[in-house]
Amino acid sequence: MKKSVYSICGMCTVRCPIRVETEDNKVTWIEGNQHLLGGALCAKGSAGTALVADTERPQQPLIREGGRGAGRWQKVSWPTAYDYIAEKMKKIKKEHGPESVVLSSRGGPWQSMYKTFIHAYGSPNYTDHDNTCGRNTHHASLSLNGVGRTGFIYDIKNAKHLILFGRNMFASLRIAENLQTMDMLEKGGRLTYVDVRQSMTGLKATRFFQVRPGTDYALALGMIHEIIRKEAFDGEFIDKYVTGFDELCYFIEQYTPAWAAKECGIKEKAIKAFVEEVIEDRPKVIFHPGWNLSRYKDSFYASRALHILNVLMGNIERKGGLLIPKGPGDCGVKGIRNLDCPKPDIKRADGVGWKYKHFDKGPGLAHLFFDAMRTEDPYPVKAWIAMRHDPFCAMPDPQRQKLLFDQCDLLVSIDTHYSEFGWYCDVILPESTYLERDNPICVQKGLKPRLAVRRKAVEPEFDTKPAWEIFKQLATRLDLDEYFPYNTIEDLWKWQLEPTGYTMEDFEEKGFVSLTDEPVMYDAANLENQFGTPSGKIEILSKKLDDAGLPSLKEYASPIKPAKGMFRLVFGRSAVHSHGHTINNPLLSELMPENSLWINTRAAKKLGINKGDLVDVTAEDGSYGGTVHANVTDFIHPEAVYTVHGFGRQIPLQNRAYHAGLSDQKLMVGKLDDWDQAGGAINLCESFVVVRRSVRNPKRRVEL
Amino acid sequence: MNKYMIYLNKKRCIGCHGCEVHCKTNKNLPVGPYLCEISHDPLVSVKGVPKTEFVFRSCYHCDDPFCVPICPTSAMIKRPDGIVYIDQEKCVGCMACAGACPWTIPQLNPETRKAVKCDYCMDRVDAGMKPACVTKCTTHALKFVTLVEV
Ligand code: SF4
Ligand code: SF4
Ligand code: SF4
Ligand code: SF4
Repeated sequence: MKKSVYSICGMCTVRCPIRVETEDNKVTWIEGNQHLLGGALCAKGSAGTALVADTERPQQPLIREGGRGAGRWQKVSWPTAYDYIAEKMKKIKKEHGPESVVLSSRGGPWQSMYKTFIHAYGSPNYTDHDNTCGRNTHHASLSLNGVGRTGFIYDIKNAKHLILFGRNMFASLRIAENLQTMDMLEKGGRLTYVDVRQSMTGLKATRFFQVRPGTDYALALGMIHEIIRKEAFDGEFIDKYVTGFDELCYFIEQYTPAWAAKECGIKEKAIKAFVEEVIEDRPKVIFHPGWNLSRYKDSFYASRALHILNVLMGNIERKGGLLIPKGPGDCGVKGIRNLDCPKPDIKRADGVGWKYKHFDKGPGLAHLFFDAMRTEDPYPVKAWIAMRHDPFCAMPDPQRQKLLFDQCDLLVSIDTHYSEFGWYCDVILPESTYLERDNPICVQKGLKPRLAVRRKAVEPEFDTKPAWEIFKQLATRLDLDEYFPYNTIEDLWKWQLEPTGYTMEDFEEKGFVSLTDEPVMYDAANLENQFGTPSGKIEILSKKLDDAGLPSLKEYASPIKPAKGMFRLVFGRSAVHSHGHTINNPLLSELMPENSLWINTRAAKKLGINKGDLVDVTAEDGSYGGTVHANVTDFIHPEAVYTVHGFGRQIPLQNRAYHAGLSDQKLMVGKLDDWDQAGGAINLCESFVVVRRSVRNPKRRVEL
Repeated sequence: MNKYMIYLNKKRCIGCHGCEVHCKTNKNLPVGPYLCEISHDPLVSVKGVPKTEFVFRSCYHCDDPFCVPICPTSAMIKRPDGIVYIDQEKCVGCMACAGACPWTIPQLNPETRKAVKCDYCMDRVDAGMKPACVTKCTTHALKFVTLVEV
């Protein structure tokens, strides 16, 4: 039988809207939702069919038999697995208190379910992966604008100039945004791209700054200086909505374009020419404040500087600028219900909210739980449930993490595939893939907010379960049923939709429910109350940072140069993989089976490395290394080497991914504690590696 | 005369290789054969910006295709609208077509042991739709063009 269902892609966490066709419970076609994306989908999106068919994923619940990480599993039934976890959780609660259990997820629209579960159980310790992703950007925006990272959307399609600092958007795809950018460029818009290397995004740029690694902040400061000197800012906007501008002017005096050019290794002339362009294009200029800026020691301040540049443009809530996302309330509609349980009034084990008061208490910071594990201060951490989060792939130094996780009595991984962390866990609960499961309804804020839902396209291939069922079952066993008022997904949807007046039928036509016909904009001349800072204005000088003893305008400090024979390790993404999730996907591994090491031509020459040679890449202390092919290119800074994140996996059951390529996070030995005290994120680009021409380059080979 | 062609707007293409996977999944192809390919030359600096252009290649659906007459079972067929396709029923997988094609376009499907190549998704086209690669191109860079005689 043929069927067609609208749903939401799950190959990466962008969650593009899709339509799926099936025949006799097999997926035959996936396309981007015609109403929103005109059919467009990326390689990963199409490869969803291969994910469903992939037998190299957990096919039923598994309980560890041998030592952690030994890879010996007992196949068990779901009730057995649930009982096992529930018993352990009850025991831990009795012995150490409920707060000793941490639950981490990948954030996103469905986190209320996971949060509800852990809060209802009695622990305040919900966390997510954002400490290795957008936390610096989030906290930067929060400190300045009083709204977080998702507090703005970028009206790229109507912009005249988009400036990207390392935001490699044509590799870290978000299809709707990619289409907007292409349309903007086609209309003659400008794209300025800043990175330590040329990327797929930079290829489309009208201006390219190849900067020394770790100097983004310097360039942003130089830009601010020049814009202020040329009085190319929106004075009216600043008078009305911004505090601390005079202090900024005083602070920025020293950071001239000439200085910035020298620091970044670019031309002063180019910075000035860039500012001339900005003057022409203002206010339709967007400085993208960054996405994954868990990178350099001053990335938080770089992101703040990028936000300040937007403020100077006066582009907030103006066409071609930064727009405030609207929700159901803005459309005169009641919002949906979500599962909820108030956070228990207990100190978080990661210190966020009491030791570190300037961070967002929502998900806290995952890496700060390790200290609690080690010291049992403020209390012991005895269990970790990872919901589609892979700490070993996301955070540095998994070897060190293992030692710390060994303090825990229970480690659980809930995921569609074997994660590196899952392989070390006590229990793996295999979640059904996104094509085989339903998810709760979610609100997608925007100029035209909508309700969206992921719907199952096919029945599960193996004995896997959707998250809504997994959490319901665990909750029942832990006597937390009241927080999960449903038995079927239909019950849950109905309960969610009740206040809105919509029904599931309203999703049939287009796959979503639009809450407005016309885009909702606020009056740009009347933005009071839009900024959630203490003063209600955009605060260039943040009281929160001040109270934490941190500067709002931080003096620039030059990044250290790598020692001889060493390079700064820089990581990124490609358009065909979503970090570690997709490396073993048959169709995607066919396209990109392993990563390579980008190295500058001159630097390679000094080391006798030629294009295509195998190179040994080793951690500073030599405890981890890998061998990959060298991509020798002029278009990377000589201080840096670059690789695509997610490879170097060590799960024997993942035949294609096993030991394929190099793992950047395993090279970051000793870097678990290297984090940004102001922005909260881990500094993932502060590691140095040794690169040598590999002895494995074939010279002779005999067969005996 | 060929009625159709696929055109790549190089300004929009981002080299994401989506089209290759869109094609494979539509034809249910295993790891191995791919019916279209995105490639690019090494980067060169143009006015300070390292640039390159992407090239999309599938089958050329030649006016006078070498692959058709060489096929011993007449499985390779050129339609009146120009589409060159393989009748999977008749194909014996001898791969003579691949040898005859100047670009070795036909490939072996290891699962069916028969030759496969781009057929401009003729089942979709005949049903009034566009080819898979065009329909789902990430940035709408690919266009399916119907040529008209003037
Ligand atoms: S970018 Fe690609 S993988 Fe990510 S949600 Fe969209 S279609 Fe899916
Ligand atoms: S899917 Fe489109 S943008 Fe991506 S490589 Fe193919 S033609 Fe280019
Ligand atoms: S397979 Fe080769 S010879 Fe045959 S039509 Fe295509 S390009 Fe021409
Ligand atoms: S037209 Fe169809 S068969 Fe040909 S390359 Fe595109 S998707 Fe593949």
